[in-house]
Amino acid sequence: MRQTTSRNLLKNHLWLIAPAALMVGIFFLYPLCFSLYSAITLDNGAFTLSHLHKAFELYSNDILFTIVIVLSSVVILAVLSVTIAALITLSPFRSLTKTLGFLYRLPLFIPFIVTAQMMRTFLAKNGLMNNAFVASGLLTPMDTVSFLGWSGIIITFVWKQLAFSTLLISGAMAALDDSQIRAARNLGASRLRILFQIILPQIIPTLGVAMVLSIVTMMSVLSVPLMIGTGSPTMMTADMAFRINSYGDYHVANALGLVSYCICAGLAWFYLRQNLKEKGAN
Amino acid sequence: MIYPHSKTLLEKFNVRSFRPNFWLQCLFILLLALVIFGPIMNLLIWTVTESWYFPHALPSQWGFKYWQQVFNPYSDVSGSLFTSLLIAVLTVVVCMIVSIPAGYALSKRSMPLRVFWMLLFLIPQAFPNLTVYMNIARLFYDFGLNGTLLGVVIVHSVHGLMFSIWISVAAFSSTDPMLERASRNLGAGPFYTFFHIVLPQAAPGLIASCIFVFLESLDEFTGTFFVGSPNISTLPLLLYTASMEGNYQIASITALILLVPSILFMVIIHKFMKPEMLSKLGK
Repeated sequence: MRQTTSRNLLKNHLWLIAPAALMVGIFFLYPLCFSLYSAITLDNGAFTLSHLHKAFELYSNDILFTIVIVLSSVVILAVLSVTIAALITLSPFRSLTKTLGFLYRLPLFIPFIVTAQMMRTFLAKNGLMNNAFVASGLLTPMDTVSFLGWSGIIITFVWKQLAFSTLLISGAMAALDDSQIRAARNLGASRLRILFQIILPQIIPTLGVAMVLSIVTMMSVLSVPLMIGTGSPTMMTADMAFRINSYGDYHVANALGLVSYCICAGLAWFYLRQNLKEKGAN
Repeated sequence: MIYPHSKTLLEKFNVRSFRPNFWLQCLFILLLALVIFGPIMNLLIWTVTESWYFPHALPSQWGFKYWQQVFNPYSDVSGSLFTSLLIAVLTVVVCMIVSIPAGYALSKRSMPLRVFWMLLFLIPQAFPNLTVYMNIARLFYDFGLNGTLLGVVIVHSVHGLMFSIWISVAAFSSTDPMLERASRNLGAGPFYTFFHIVLPQAAPGLIASCIFVFLESLDEFTGTFFVGSPNISTLPLLLYTASMEGNYQIASITALILLVPSILFMVIIHKFMKPEMLSKLGK
């Protein structure tokens, strides 16, 4: 009797999940597999590496550019968000940390496209940033340079993702056992030492998750390279859109997509391996 | 016993070293504020600019000329705003219909393969989704869904599904299972119990996930770019076109329309959202 009811319940529950699972399956997993399939086959279904070869031949510069941009953004992001989160956790000035806690979160829900538009005007040659430098006497109007291009893309990515990664990291820091920090402080450790030797080792997993998620986001944003980039070299997302809109060439676009999956997977693997190594060492 | 003594020592020690530290931290916050508000300021200035040429530090002519253009009932912007809102509302409806049952089922710990299902719904966020969007566009083309409202709503819903399911799992998990059981014991049917006992308890979380999905849909660019264009023009697409044409005033006003709900939402949930909560998400 009991067995049957629980089995019925189970069936009911699967039935409840089915629509959502089907939606993800049909509208995400199927196109995902299709893109992988399309990247390594000819139109008649035969296996080939020619699309990948062509993608590397045409866009190897852009692939390198993308990796450099994403890695430098992530490094800056990690340093900044750990700094902010550490200030919030360790700073003895409550009023300052409150302000900081509110301030860093403001860009959390601002969409990428709005950020791109703001940066497009802010970082331009006569944008507010250069104008502020000129007005304060740091630069003359003739010395100003436009930051649109690789540096602009990095700035935009960091500006947008900072709120998200700091939120995750300060969450991890707040969840730490307070007594450890207090004990270390009583034993005379400086705040900097507490950060590096007590807090950081414990939040490395969260830091890794925040960075991997940020990398995936950066690899799939189209608006920023289109609006901030200067054309060549550009990021792979812009190349894929170009390949499709101008040539209708799905094979090479999907081959580029495959490369971008591999980059993400590679970075995620690197993070996992580091994580496992540390666990092994302990 | 030792603690208060060492604390006063610490304070004494700190009094000397604090002054420069305090000002350093103030400086850091000030710089961060400049970095965050600078671009927003620039956007605001552009919305009330009529002309702004290179050597001028500020616009040479200010005015609301472009606002009238934007809010003219026959302009592209009001049409796009209506399309965007319609798509966002439909997306919320689809997401809720699909994720309320799924969230309820997944909130039961006894659910077999629970982790697997949760991870399945995480997948759309774990892959760079641009490649997927362009292949969806190709598939939709065969079914005549490209450039239709339905196509765009489907793409937005899949994107929003992860947020709506994960948040509704958390919402249903926080309901009291005893109340549900009591209701069933008193003879209420499963549907009556769900709608009158469980759903009201989970309502705050579900509303939060609605707002989240709504904002995500309002701001979505890449999927609409591939699936919706050229027939469907949402605000982000309009912003992009205006900006690429160098029409910064229209682009900035459109960006402001998108910016206001996101900042408002941020300020509203600032009170409720503690970073500590995030570390509990998905448990």
